[in-house]
Amino acid sequence: MPELTLDGMRVTAPAGTTVLAALQNAGLSPLRRSLGGESRGALCGMGSCSECRAVVDGQTVRTCLTPVRDGQDVRRLLAVTREA
Amino acid sequence: MKPEPWAAVVVGAGPAGLMAARTAAEGGLRVLLLDAQPTPGGQIWRGAAAGQQGAAGELLRDVASHSGITVLSGAEIIAAEAGGQAHTLTVTTAAGTTAAGLRQIQAERVILATGATERFLPFDGWTLPGVVGAGGLQAMSKSGLDVRGQRVVVAGSGPLLLAVAAGLRQKGARVLAVAEQAGWPGVAAFGMAAARLPGKSREALALAAGLLGVPYWADCAVVRASGADQLQSVTLRRGRRELTLDCDYLAVGFGLVPDTRVAALLGCPLDDVGAVRVNAWQATGVSGVYAAGEVCGIGGVDGALLEGFVAGCAASGQIERLHDAPRRAEIQRRFQITLERSFALRPALLPMPSPQTIVCRCEDVRHGDLRGFTDWTAAKLQTRCGMGACQGRVCGPACDTLYGWRFEGVRAPLVPLPLAQLLDEPTTLSPP
Repeated sequence: MPELTLDGMRVTAPAGTTVLAALQNAGLSPLRRSLGGESRGALCGMGSCSECRAVVDGQTVRTCLTPVRDGQDVRRLLAVTREA
Repeated sequence: MKPEPWAAVVVGAGPAGLMAARTAAEGGLRVLLLDAQPTPGGQIWRGAAAGQQGAAGELLRDVASHSGITVLSGAEIIAAEAGGQAHTLTVTTAAGTTAAGLRQIQAERVILATGATERFLPFDGWTLPGVVGAGGLQAMSKSGLDVRGQRVVVAGSGPLLLAVAAGLRQKGARVLAVAEQAGWPGVAAFGMAAARLPGKSREALALAAGLLGVPYWADCAVVRASGADQLQSVTLRRGRRELTLDCDYLAVGFGLVPDTRVAALLGCPLDDVGAVRVNAWQATGVSGVYAAGEVCGIGGVDGALLEGFVAGCAASGQIERLHDAPRRAEIQRRFQITLERSFALRPALLPMPSPQTIVCRCEDVRHGDLRGFTDWTAAKLQTRCGMGACQGRVCGPACDTLYGWRFEGVRAPLVPLPLAQLLDEPTTLSPP
C-alpha cells in the first residue's frame, strides 16, 4: 500500500485511490483558501472545477485526477495567496 | 514537435468512447483512445475492473486487449483544430505526474465522447468544504473516499440524484433525504418514459430497493448551507416550511451540461440546448468528426453505448453492421427529450443567491458584482468572472441559468498549464 505525506503527516492509502480521497479520509477537507481567505474544498471530483488543487511533489495539480503513489509529498494551499 | 498520425482518435473513455473505440478498431482502424481520468470507464464506470461481469467489464477488457487500440489515460486535450484531411489535437499528459509534456496528434477521424459536467447553482454557503457535486461525491466515493457513516443530503434535480443516493448508501453513507426541485408530475412522467425503455424497469426497481427508507421530496428547494469552516447543515424549503438538516455532505447538482469544449474548438455546431448537433450516423457538422454519448445530449448509459456503436461504425465505414441502431438511437433521443422536460429547472425552486453569494468561485465574484451586466463577455472583462482556474466550467452554466448568458468563446488552452510546457512549444496554440 503506497505511503505518502499529507501536510507532513505520513499516511497509507490503497493503490488506485486518488490524492483527493487520501486527503479527505485523513480529515483534511479544506484544501485551500479563496482570495478572500475562506476555506474551500473539492466540488466536482472529476477534474472540472480545480477546487481540489494541491501541491504534489512540488507541482500544483488537481488531486481528484491524481492517483496516490508511494513517497508522494502533498501539501494543501491554505496560505492565502493571489493565485492566477 | 512531430505530429503523431492516427486513423482515428476517440476522446473520452466512458461508455460511449469505449464502445466507439472498440467498434472502430473492429472495422480495421488504428485507434487512439484519450481520457483525462487515471483509468478508463468514465464517471459511470469509474473504478470498474476489466475482470468484472457485465457491459463495463466486457468493454474494458476488449478495449485493453485489442491490438488496434492504444489507450492514453491521464491525457487532456488542450487545443484542437479542424483540418481538411486530418484534425490536429494537442494533448497534455502531465496531470498527476511530474513528467510535463505535450503531444500533438493528427487524426483522420475524431470521435468526441467527452461526456458532461454537472450544473452547479450558487447559494449562500455553497463554497463551504462539504458541499460537493452530486456526481462529484459519487466520483470521489468511487475513487477511494470513505463515506461510511457520513450524513449526506442529496439535492438539486434529475435522476442522477437517485443513482447517487443509492450508490452512497451502498457504500455505507447515511442518506438523510433526496430533495428534487421538479414536481411530482415531472417525476412521474420520467418514470413512465423510463419504464417503456427495455431494461430500465429492472434498473429502476433495483434503485428503488436501494433507497428504501430514504425520504424523496419533490418540489423541494435548497435554501442555504451553513457552517463555520466546514459544512454543518443544510436548509431546504418544502412548500412554505423550511427545515434544517445537520449533515457532513451536501451532494448537490442541477442536471448535467454536455462538455462541448473540444467540439467548439473543432467548430462543431451545437443545438438549442447546447449539445453537439449530430445526424443519424453521429456525424457532426465538421467532416471527419463524430460525437457520441452525453456530449450529444443527456440520456444515460444505454443511449451512450448505442451512439458509440453508431459513431464507431460510421467512422470506420461499417454501415452494414448498423441494422436498426439509428432507429433505436432515435428512441433514446426521445427519452432524452422527456428527461429534459421532466426535470426542467423551475426558477421558483432554484436556490436564490443573495448579493453576497459567490458566483465565480475561482475569482470570488459575487452575485451583487454581476448586477448591471447583460452578457458574459462584459461581465468577464469587468469582474474576471469565469477567468480563473476552472475557465468558466462551473460559473459558465450557472450564469447561463441565472442570467441567461450563453457561455461562448472557448479558447485554448482548455486547462491551465505550467508555463514551461507552453514555452517548450508555443506554436501549438492559436493566437488569442
